[in-house]
Amino acid sequence: MRFTAEEMMTITAARALAGHGSCFVGIGLPSTAANLARRLHNPDLILIYESGAIGAKPTRLPLSIGDSELATTADTVVSVPEVFNYWLQPGRIDVGFLSAAQVDRFGNLNTTVIGGDYQMPVVRLPGAGGAPEIAASCREVILVIRQSKRAFVERLDFLTSVGYGEGPGDRRRLGLRGKGPVMLITDLGVLEPDPASCELTLTKVHPGVDAAAVRQATGWELKMAETLATTKEPTDDELAALRELINHEH
Amino acid sequence: MAELVDLATGIKRLVRDGDTVALEGFTHLIPVAAGHEIIRQGRRDLTLARMTPDIIYDQMIGAGCARRLVFAWGGNPGVGSLHRLRDAVERGWPHRLELEEHSHAGMANRYAAGASGLPFGVLRGYAGTDLPKHTPGIRPISCPFTGEVLTAVPALNPDVTVIHAQRADRRGNVQLWGITGVQKEAVLAARKSLVTVEEIVDELGQKPGAIVLPSWIITAVARVPGGARPSYAQDYYDRDNAFYRAWNAISRDRNAFNDWLQHL
Repeated sequence: MRFTAEEMMTITAARALAGHGSCFVGIGLPSTAANLARRLHNPDLILIYESGAIGAKPTRLPLSIGDSELATTADTVVSVPEVFNYWLQPGRIDVGFLSAAQVDRFGNLNTTVIGGDYQMPVVRLPGAGGAPEIAASCREVILVIRQSKRAFVERLDFLTSVGYGEGPGDRRRLGLRGKGPVMLITDLGVLEPDPASCELTLTKVHPGVDAAAVRQATGWELKMAETLATTKEPTDDELAALRELINHEH
Repeated sequence: MAELVDLATGIKRLVRDGDTVALEGFTHLIPVAAGHEIIRQGRRDLTLARMTPDIIYDQMIGAGCARRLVFAWGGNPGVGSLHRLRDAVERGWPHRLELEEHSHAGMANRYAAGASGLPFGVLRGYAGTDLPKHTPGIRPISCPFTGEVLTAVPALNPDVTVIHAQRADRRGNVQLWGITGVQKEAVLAARKSLVTVEEIVDELGQKPGAIVLPSWIITAVARVPGGARPSYAQDYYDRDNAFYRAWNAISRDRNAFNDWLQHL
């Protein structure tokens, strides 16, 4: 079956959840990917939404993180202070999924403001929400962001959520207990942190994508792995499951 | 004991110009009708506190009720921007809006501290982010036992908290269930509270996971069926996702918004 770059990105994100036990899910693409993983290869994946729904098993994709479908299918529903203090903060959750308007080479994220100054920005974005503490406290973080020079920047306009800060050792210095971003999935390929420098490095391109095009869509001098792998094409099963999910969206 | 009032009376008595007001409800049970009544009564200079401003604060900001916004995530969930909020911040329309910006975990702990009668809450949060540079109330604090550096946030004690719940009994005991967000903390943290409810019943029945807020900690209860629309009330009505999508076009344009406001 033919597929779009968006579908490739979502399916790659769903595949990245193989073998994981629990996932803190934001709305949008992360929610689609996490629900797809439950349908395809990880039926026992525990979905935790910041509205307090723990173990949600939605039959349709919710539009917001607080849709009734999440509460009525959850193992338990807890208060918002509880989901952050008792569940996220102690490091009980395996994977956090995050997106952002801007990302830098160390996986730091901006979801706050673009341009101007903080008091009067050119674009006021929604803000932090749960992201700073998800980035800090989930055991691992997976980032999903469409790749462009506007989004992949040399310098963030605002640092909302910490990836690797300014490099090795920063997470420990800041007292952030999770491992940080282990993967950045884009519509062009996959970046992973270099084990020594923590810098996000292109390790895979999606089928039909030229590495030069990925470099072209990156606002910093993109490092590449010595041997670039190619992401496995979506299977018919994966595409069918994804399209069914999206067609039944609320 | 909570007094049973109509909505207009409740807002008139409890919400004053210049107050810090929290309308809470995390996607579910948002007290939208109460927010509309605040707009109709022309309240001004409010400090509006809410974890997720949602379209109700977009409307109140556009209507000129707010001087200051205390918040963590200001988007239209699943849709995009809150354009009235953006217009106020980016272009000062209808006037400048001061921001006091936190994360969800920070806001939740501010309410919990307020409910607990403590001056601050403590969490592992914000470390390494730019938020403390702009929000004065985010400070490092050392654990007296281990020396670990954590983050302190000031208690949030609204003058008035307004929430919506499924039902109350005739004595004003309030029951809510499903996603209950931060409403319990927000009511307990507030000096005064108003609860709008779908219905008033003789006896509160059993509901799994329900919270009961006893009448004696609530100031007033008003029966407002449909008072959370276009948000939802579990077991009463669903979220009107079509309106959340439609709001994008209304709020994007000042004229369309003013037209909407005229008909409120």
